[in-house]
Amino acid sequence: MGNYRPDAILKAVKKGRGGVFVSHHKLTADMETVRMPAPERVVLPMLQHIGAPCTPTVKKGDTVSVGQVIGDSDKFLSVPIHASVSGTVESIADVKLANGTMAPAVTIVSDGEMRLCEDLTPPHVETKEDLVKAVRASGLVGLGGAGFPSFVKITVSPDKPIDTLVVNAAECEPYITVDYRECLENSWNIMNGVYTLSELLGLKRVVIAVEDNKPEAIKILKNIADQDIDKGNIVRLMTLKSRYPQGAEKMMVLSATGREVPAGKLPADVGCIVMNVGSVAFVARYLATGKPLVSRTVTVSGDCIKNPMNIRVPIGTSMKDIIDFCGGFTAEPAKILSGGPMMGTAITDLNVPLLKSNNAVLAFTKKSAGLKKETQCIHCGRCHAACPMGLMPTNIEKYALLKDAETLTKMGTMVCMECGSCAYSCPGGKPLVQYMRLAKSVIREAAKK
Amino acid sequence: MEEKKLLIVSASPHTKAPATTRSIMLDVIIALLPAGIAGVAIFGLRALAVIAVCVASCVLFEFLSGKVMKRPLSIGDLSAVVTGLLLAYNLPVTVPLWMCVIGAFVAIVIVKMLFGGIGQNFANPAITARIVLLVSFAGAMTNFTAPKALDAVTTATPLAALGGIDRAGDIPAQLAASDLPDLLKMLFGVRGGCIGEVCAAALLLGGIYLLIRRVISFVIPVSFIGTVAVLMFILSRGSVTYTLYELLGGGLLLGAIFMATDYSTTPINTLGKLVFGIGCGLVTTVIRLYCALPEGVSYSILLMNVLAPTIEHFTAPKYFGYVKQKKEKKAKKEKEAAAV
Repeated sequence: MGNYRPDAILKAVKKGRGGVFVSHHKLTADMETVRMPAPERVVLPMLQHIGAPCTPTVKKGDTVSVGQVIGDSDKFLSVPIHASVSGTVESIADVKLANGTMAPAVTIVSDGEMRLCEDLTPPHVETKEDLVKAVRASGLVGLGGAGFPSFVKITVSPDKPIDTLVVNAAECEPYITVDYRECLENSWNIMNGVYTLSELLGLKRVVIAVEDNKPEAIKILKNIADQDIDKGNIVRLMTLKSRYPQGAEKMMVLSATGREVPAGKLPADVGCIVMNVGSVAFVARYLATGKPLVSRTVTVSGDCIKNPMNIRVPIGTSMKDIIDFCGGFTAEPAKILSGGPMMGTAITDLNVPLLKSNNAVLAFTKKSAGLKKETQCIHCGRCHAACPMGLMPTNIEKYALLKDAETLTKMGTMVCMECGSCAYSCPGGKPLVQYMRLAKSVIREAAKK
Repeated sequence: MEEKKLLIVSASPHTKAPATTRSIMLDVIIALLPAGIAGVAIFGLRALAVIAVCVASCVLFEFLSGKVMKRPLSIGDLSAVVTGLLLAYNLPVTVPLWMCVIGAFVAIVIVKMLFGGIGQNFANPAITARIVLLVSFAGAMTNFTAPKALDAVTTATPLAALGGIDRAGDIPAQLAASDLPDLLKMLFGVRGGCIGEVCAAALLLGGIYLLIRRVISFVIPVSFIGTVAVLMFILSRGSVTYTLYELLGGGLLLGAIFMATDYSTTPINTLGKLVFGIGCGLVTTVIRLYCALPEGVSYSILLMNVLAPTIEHFTAPKYFGYVKQKKEKKAKKEKEAAAV
């Protein structure tokens, strides 16, 4: 079984692709996912995906049940939002999200019964179009973190034929063990998802990518890839060296197919779909049960959480309820993250709700919060060596401060995916990701004029 | 009411690699130690005095100029110590101590701090200081004593003794006629030269340490030394012995491992480093063989330092997913043509 494509390796070597070795801290790897009981109330923001926000379809005082649609939009880039607990709509008001933006949200007070909506039936799916419709109705967004509506990924336009699905089980962020647990606990759904998708989308190749630091998951995924129902042997397993950011979409496409996604384009432009392993398993589960995306697994970890664990939580549960369920804090937390330590967002207060795309809640004491004093750049080049996109962050920083949009564009600033490898490796403790964002905003501002 | 402590909010990533500027400089100091110890062992305690004066005055000048320029205290990053060590290693043991102080002033105040401190200087401070001293006080700077010669018997460095390739003559005969220590002595530094440059074995040891600690990349040292080796081998019409004398003789190892790898004054990309290293090797060879000077490592590094930003600019790698602009324009034109 050819795990690596030689041309991909050559390409990677030739271009000196960066990346960094980050210590894994997968404390919760061996902990079975625990189901968290319904919290007192959930807050469901109408914007949980990249795209247009939904409009609430319920009123204050309405009784709702689990899986009922409570928000939808007629815009293309949008997915419906479903009630994650049964109960009564308490209010519809703007709330602050983890990233600091405001969005309208429906607050539901739980009746504790978790009554399932009676209208939920498994969708009837025979063709590609049925599948796209069903995935949209399920409310699925990429469960890996970015929150891109999944149905858009599998909407295949005739001028961009898709031949490869990359199932992303790399999970290169430290601490997070959500995908790993999914492989161990939900292999049946993953397998069904893989084969359903490959059949309905008419794919030529499915590559399941996993990092080599997860031998248990590799065993299971290899078993999935070697199933007899796979007639043309189109499903393959690919083990990757564990190196951050191996799980980034463009990196995955390159290592799985040897194709380089052009700047400003999507994997679909080179005939690929990249889906998180959790998303694939969810598709299979939805096709079997018709239960939309109302809960998800998150890793709760960090050095001041009493009982780090993987829990299945209703969407919209507040960070506070989640942390309380895990035993609260053992020490004064200095930083609380929604997401992983490399790309996650530091939150300002514990009342923000969990979104569909959040895969972790991490709490750190001041000691391990990654606070480094910023000192002068010594031009060591570590940021450049670490950048998987081949950028020169230190130079981009200088031009960003000069607000030179033209040079910044030439330097490829816009391909930065903010993986954080540069800032991680900077001995001067420079917040390079922040400078990259500044550089991008300089370019955007200049484009507006 | 109890005042609630606010959570810290900062841009991702929320975890950082342990290396700091200080830890990197400490690694360089550790890597420089063997050569310094060897220098003291070979030339005696006066070498230690030169090293101490250079380091102390570099740190003092950094402190004072920082105060005058109202810049944050920067001596804690240890880079001034590294500059002081490198400056001392580039001086002959007989150098008057006041010259060390002048060298430190040039290195720290003029070359480093006036340009904005660490990372902002366009030329290597220690090398520039050495060249300033060499030009100003040629006599004292080339007054090399033989190892352990307490009576300060003046001797020539191996490179000066060689005096370049005898173009008409026979290389083995030339080697035999020159007054040279044998190669083993050259390896362990029992020869005339600057304090830190003589002991090749110690310098290589330090270089290996820096490579293991990933402080430097192998590209510049290998391309620099490699270029010199290949050129010398060809120009000496295939004499391995002659090539080895050239490699071990002057300040090549010290320069290639510790000074041409200075972060601030070299390109950050791999291709740029390769060009930089090859350039250094070329200039060194040309100066050694075709100019009036016996040694050219310092000049070659200084010259390439000045070229470094240009090299970096022209060798910058294409970023991921880079699409050639010309092609795009062509495609646009074609589209427009099709639309018409």
